[in-house]
Amino acid sequence: MIKFQYDRAADVTDAVRQIAADPEARFIAGGTNLIDLMKYQVERPPRLIDISRLPLTSVEETPGGGLRIGALVPNTDLAYHPLVEQRYPILSSAIMSGASQQLRNMASTGGNLVQRTRCFYFYDVTMACNKRQPGSGCAAIKGINRINAILGTSESCIATHPSDMCVALAVLDAKVHVTGLSGSREIAVVDFHRLPGDTPQIDNNLRRDEIITAIELPAQGFAANHSYLKIRDRLSYAFALVSVAAALELESGRIKTGRLALGGVAHKPWRSVEAEAALRGQAAGPETFARAAEIVLRDAKGFGHNDFKIDLARRAIVRTLTQAANATPQSQADKRIR
Amino acid sequence: MSDVSRSAAMAAPATINVTLEVNGRSCTLTIAPWTTLLDALRDRLGLTGTKKGCDQGQCGACTVLVDGRRINSCLTLAVMKDGAKVTTIEGLETDGTLHPLQQAFIDHDAFQCGYCTPGQICSAAGLIAEGKAKTPDQIRELMSGNICRCGAYPNILAAIQQAMTAMGGKS
Ligand SMILES: Cc1cc2nc3c(=O)[nH]c(=O)nc-3n(C[C@H](O)[C@H](O)[C@H](O)COP(=O)(O)OP(=O)(O)OC[C@H]3O[C@@H](n4cnc5c(N)ncnc54)[C@H](O)[C@@H]3O)c2cc1C
Ligand code: SF4
Ligand code: FES
Ligand code: FES
Repeated sequence: MIKFQYDRAADVTDAVRQIAADPEARFIAGGTNLIDLMKYQVERPPRLIDISRLPLTSVEETPGGGLRIGALVPNTDLAYHPLVEQRYPILSSAIMSGASQQLRNMASTGGNLVQRTRCFYFYDVTMACNKRQPGSGCAAIKGINRINAILGTSESCIATHPSDMCVALAVLDAKVHVTGLSGSREIAVVDFHRLPGDTPQIDNNLRRDEIITAIELPAQGFAANHSYLKIRDRLSYAFALVSVAAALELESGRIKTGRLALGGVAHKPWRSVEAEAALRGQAAGPETFARAAEIVLRDAKGFGHNDFKIDLARRAIVRTLTQAANATPQSQADKRIR
Repeated sequence: MSDVSRSAAMAAPATINVTLEVNGRSCTLTIAPWTTLLDALRDRLGLTGTKKGCDQGQCGACTVLVDGRRINSCLTLAVMKDGAKVTTIEGLETDGTLHPLQQAFIDHDAFQCGYCTPGQICSAAGLIAEGKAKTPDQIRELMSGNICRCGAYPNILAAIQQAMTAMGGKS
């Protein structure tokens, strides 16, 4: 473990002031990602600013019929919140598919968004990694890249964003509320994370002086027809190889609105506007779903060990859309995939 | 890095006073900020029942209850829990009587080497307090954060079911 100085933020304004004054400092919330990375020397902040006591822990209804979730609401509390279970069950399901109950008790909503990749080479400080050390190269591209990305990759980086929660947030068109020195702004979740391009060291569009204060969900929760399917090497307590969030609004067997996002395949939760357009107005059935999968994966590219993900993703998309259409969402406790 | 923040980073960071209520006893520790709750419990308070397995959140051996919720003490800084109530495996018995989970683990022989057991039992105490797990599938899923390399899972499940019945679903 590295050594560091520890301070607490008194309120949001103070947190922003402290982080702006010290560009090397990091916020700490649940600590489940940052402390891990500090033990591996991947992150080496000289100073931590503890935001875990800030009063960003409420879940409130918004005038527009949505929900505003404080950035420090623990993952467990969010998944079990009665309004989330009723109106946004896909979010509960995605959260409950990730990590373990102990970790979900610690992990915060904001921290989950900002968590870093699990790419093996990112974690191993003896290996080349453009994300950890810009310009050093990418050991994953020609290495053991079984867990790496197949969509939106670049020559600099083929890492994935590991969150399950964010995949559901992408399907729900959530917004991220942030506050910085120059005030507050909103970022659509789909625009929050970035593709690696030639700056893979930058995971997301949060500015250095900004803190996430809340996530906002719009009114439409797709409670009737949704599913989150996560495929991984063991059935629990493992990151996704491929995950799919599917949400449908049906009208007499036809798709009025279809939303689709994938996890484990790209540097951000992967939504395909084109595939969603192909779902619109169509019969909710296997041909439609296969066509959507085809569109999502048209430009998919494997790097050897992860070639299997393309076919896995195709099947997972069709299966998850089918589960959503049949109103039989994947259970996160009973592991059989139906 | 500015000169000011550089000198701040170079100076030996100060130790911090932390007060925890551990197993009903209040203790104040003077510790470096990078001390994990796990290391504070084991190395400073001598409570070695809580185990260090992976030290990275991947095994659950370090599970303790903080303000009644189960967490991984290896990924928690002790300073962040200033003022909290911590319960470890040593704090589950009452006046020499084993906690129903401890008794159930013995009754069902729910271990081989025993290294994961304190974490399993604290995690199961958290599970029962949460009140979400009803079916065997749900218990398995919500206990998945505790790895048992000896593979005592069937007996661990049986022990938890016995304790749940004994406790009437309460912690
Ligand atoms: C063994 C293991 C298995 C896991 N499995 C899964 C899984 O299957 N699926 C999954 O989705 N996740 C998984 N996780 C990851 C877990 O979900 C994240 O570690 C967690 O969500 C991070 O939240 P935190 O509050 O602990 O973040 P911290 O570790 O406190 O912070 C993480 C980062 O976010 C920044 N940050 C935190 N809060 C804010 C804020 N409000 N504003 C701005 N920046 C902020 C911090 O500065 C830091 O850079 C796993 C983790 C572990 C250790
Ligand atoms: S894929 Fe990205 S994170 Fe992984 S080694 Fe390459 S540059 Fe680093
Ligand atoms: S020692 Fe904490 S999870 Fe393994
Ligand atoms: S009893 Fe040996 S690891 Fe569980």
